[in-house]
Amino acid sequence: MAATTYVGKPISRVDGRAKVTGEAKYAGEFNTAGLVYGYVVSSAITKGKITKIDTSQALSIPGVLQVFTHENAPRPAHFDRSFKDDDAVAGAPLKPLYSPEIGFSMQPIALVVADTFEIARYAASLVEVEYKAEKPETDLTSKPKGHKAPKGKSGFTPPKDRGNAKKAFEMADVQFEAEYVHMPEHHNALEMFSSTVLMDEEGKLKIYDKTQSAFNSQKYITQVFGLSKDEARVVSPFVGGGFGSGLRPQYQLYLAVMAALELKRSVRVTLTRQQMFSLGHRPATLQTVSLGASEAGALQAIKHEALSETSRGEEYTEVIVNWSGSLYQCDNVKLDYYLRNLDVSTPMDMRAPGAATGVLATETAMDELSYKLGMDPLELRLLNYAEVNQLEGKPFSSKALRECYAQGAERFGWSRRNPVPRSTREGTKLIGWGMATGIWDAQQKKAAAKANLSVDGKLVVASGTADIGTGTYTAMSIIAAETLGLPIEAVTFKLGDTTLPEAPLEGGSWTVSSVGTAVQEACEAIGKKLFKLAKKLKDSPLKKAAFEDIAFADGRIQLKGNPSASVSIIETMRQTGINYIEEETTALPNFLKQMKYSRNTHSAVFVEVEVDEDLGQICVRRVVSAIAGGRVINPKTARSQILGGIVWGISMALHEESVLDHDFGRIMNHNLSEYHVPVNADIHDLEVIFVEEHDKIVNPLGAKGLGEIGLVGVAAAVGNAIYHATGKRVRDFPITLDKLL
Amino acid sequence: MSSKVLTKPLGDVPVALPPLQRVTLTINGAEKQLEVAPWTSLLDLLREYLDLTGTKKGCDHGQCGACTVLVDGKRINSCLSLAVMQEGKEITTIEGLAKGDQLHPVQEAFIEHDAFQCGYCTPGQICSAVGLINEGHAKTTEDIQELMSGNICRCGAYVGITAAVEQALKVCQSNAQ
Ligand code: FES
Ligand code: FES
Repeated sequence: MAATTYVGKPISRVDGRAKVTGEAKYAGEFNTAGLVYGYVVSSAITKGKITKIDTSQALSIPGVLQVFTHENAPRPAHFDRSFKDDDAVAGAPLKPLYSPEIGFSMQPIALVVADTFEIARYAASLVEVEYKAEKPETDLTSKPKGHKAPKGKSGFTPPKDRGNAKKAFEMADVQFEAEYVHMPEHHNALEMFSSTVLMDEEGKLKIYDKTQSAFNSQKYITQVFGLSKDEARVVSPFVGGGFGSGLRPQYQLYLAVMAALELKRSVRVTLTRQQMFSLGHRPATLQTVSLGASEAGALQAIKHEALSETSRGEEYTEVIVNWSGSLYQCDNVKLDYYLRNLDVSTPMDMRAPGAATGVLATETAMDELSYKLGMDPLELRLLNYAEVNQLEGKPFSSKALRECYAQGAERFGWSRRNPVPRSTREGTKLIGWGMATGIWDAQQKKAAAKANLSVDGKLVVASGTADIGTGTYTAMSIIAAETLGLPIEAVTFKLGDTTLPEAPLEGGSWTVSSVGTAVQEACEAIGKKLFKLAKKLKDSPLKKAAFEDIAFADGRIQLKGNPSASVSIIETMRQTGINYIEEETTALPNFLKQMKYSRNTHSAVFVEVEVDEDLGQICVRRVVSAIAGGRVINPKTARSQILGGIVWGISMALHEESVLDHDFGRIMNHNLSEYHVPVNADIHDLEVIFVEEHDKIVNPLGAKGLGEIGLVGVAAAVGNAIYHATGKRVRDFPITLDKLL
Repeated sequence: MSSKVLTKPLGDVPVALPPLQRVTLTINGAEKQLEVAPWTSLLDLLREYLDLTGTKKGCDHGQCGACTVLVDGKRINSCLSLAVMQEGKEITTIEGLAKGDQLHPVQEAFIEHDAFQCGYCTPGQICSAVGLINEGHAKTTEDIQELMSGNICRCGAYVGITAAVEQALKVCQSNAQ
């Protein structure tokens, strides 16, 4: 094998050194002389109106430059559409400091700007506010009816029903129906939202923003403030976790730019951890799943209804119920999705938005049905295996889910499972095994990239995408190095900058497939030019060769059949007097080809838990996750993505919940000690299997994307294992120990 | 139904800011004489006044561990300490762990085991691991997991973190012999 083949080999992160030495700089870490600090004052009520706001004491503190409130802040744009970013939903986005009306808890109501962070923070505590408060409505469960979810952004189309689910359910031999609830979750990336806005002498802005799309932040800022792209460059080289929260510009960006333009200064605004709970979140959702089956276990009816919260101003939708129409073979399906407007901030995409929620309900219901049928839960899934996606009426471009089930079960030892709940114990510990299926989309979006190969053999590749920990820097370097047969050390990949070619939002698991394809095409274009030059060389061994006959490897262009007939890339450029070759391409998905297929990733998750019989304490001892995600570019970082997804699934099952006090509509645990996420001691033996899957439909690379699939299904598998351990079914997530006692 | 709510500062407001105080700290081997406000935390001193932004802020409340640094070899949450409390102390931050180009064994192990994704918790995890090794209490994998549980990784890189610390612990022990 050539030394410059990298795809599919475990490669350490190219940005690893920067991250372990502290050199990697995040949005709130770009310092400059004369930088001033903004501190946000948050509303103390959830609903109502500010009747009086007194900033005089704050302004009297030495070092305070200004306090912006709805009374004195500028209103740079009037129309809602100016505030719409690429991930905006239907409705009216938040316009910070535009009015005295309060629509959700901790809404930003003032920005104090001062010479130091400490002064700004202190002065913020001196702003006196008088409110007229109204009783908010924040409890989704209080009045369980909403309105039909509208057709929204990011792919939510109301699913089509098929057959007659109502009748088929009534007629089915075995019927099962249950309601599932989970409360809101907040992304809580470890880095808090921050924007550092640097202003140069000409008044142009260079904005370091925490975002999953520098272009989206730029679009928002230019629309709202009427700036040109040249006047508002957005840069974001490192992002301390996103999980979807960085898909929309957050209010610190607006406030920092507003203050910079007003004060003609460089300004940084960083939110506090508490304020991280005033943003988008995974919405609380109530779901009812009804399954009808024959005595042998064949599904005859699936009904899935969901009710989710959204804010008063915006209609946030996600794909919750649709998955139930794709997961299994079933001719009678009814899927309904409702929204209810509450006094909360607008929900947002949070890792595997919709699927994490919907599949949790369906896969728990499938488990419950298996017990009712007296069938093994894995058997039931295999019996109802969907060979085609009935929801879309299309075949899958590839689907190695059967292999996921087989390999996952084998590694886990599923065949040794005693089917009887509460049948296995070790001392006072009850042991349970559960499993579930996962599904997500494999999408490709339009993306651009450019590549520049210089005569010294250095390849610089760039695209304005993001690396939120996903390994984008490394994956793109791998693709570029392999395409041109160069050592990976010779490749530099640049991202997170609006002066680079435009890339789509970094989300939805489509970055490798979209940006990776663009990178590959840009490098191939360089390869073609190199080849032309190489043919011209005196005594070139490639003179008669066609492009298809050659390969790039080990820094050389060589004949595929006869690698000794080759020329060095550097020599070719040197001898033909070329200093550099630059190519820029925009890669578009092949819609005609892709349209004919459903394109998805799949997973099978197996979980072992132990539950303390007396204390109800739950420990996830073992997880095996088998993933069918197409071609894996870098197994090392890919494994980390799946491991992270598993941790998120465990967290969803056992830990995470933003607890509201519905009398006041405020979140009571808005900090990292009371909003529980797993710590090291909560995580034990996790194993990831990548099942082979070849797919030339999804994109030329064959990679499907792995950001979400690792999470989907995990929470259901944990809950199913807890049932198997204890004989107690909890349908209200997270499953905390009090619910087991 | 509506009601009146008032938020205002408790008691009298001091309008004069406290005077700066002199403090001498050794940071990553270099002695520094600084004038700092008494309310400046060690974390903010590093990040906002000394441009040592490798140390991260994840909560500012001692709940996440992102701000972990070593003070005289012991790990602390730098957000919970005022800079002026550290008079005369030796502070090591993530920027001070490598010797020139030679990474610390914990740093090497973190790269090798891909013990991070976004990297934001990483400096804190690494300093915490160095502190853990200095303490000398960790004997088993479970000990490491327990003693590293003050550092949250929202990306969920715990499997890699535990493996990395385990490896680095062995390297450091054999280097010490
Ligand atoms: S920032 Fe200090 S513990 Fe979180
Ligand atoms: S690597 Fe992202 S929080 Fe740990």
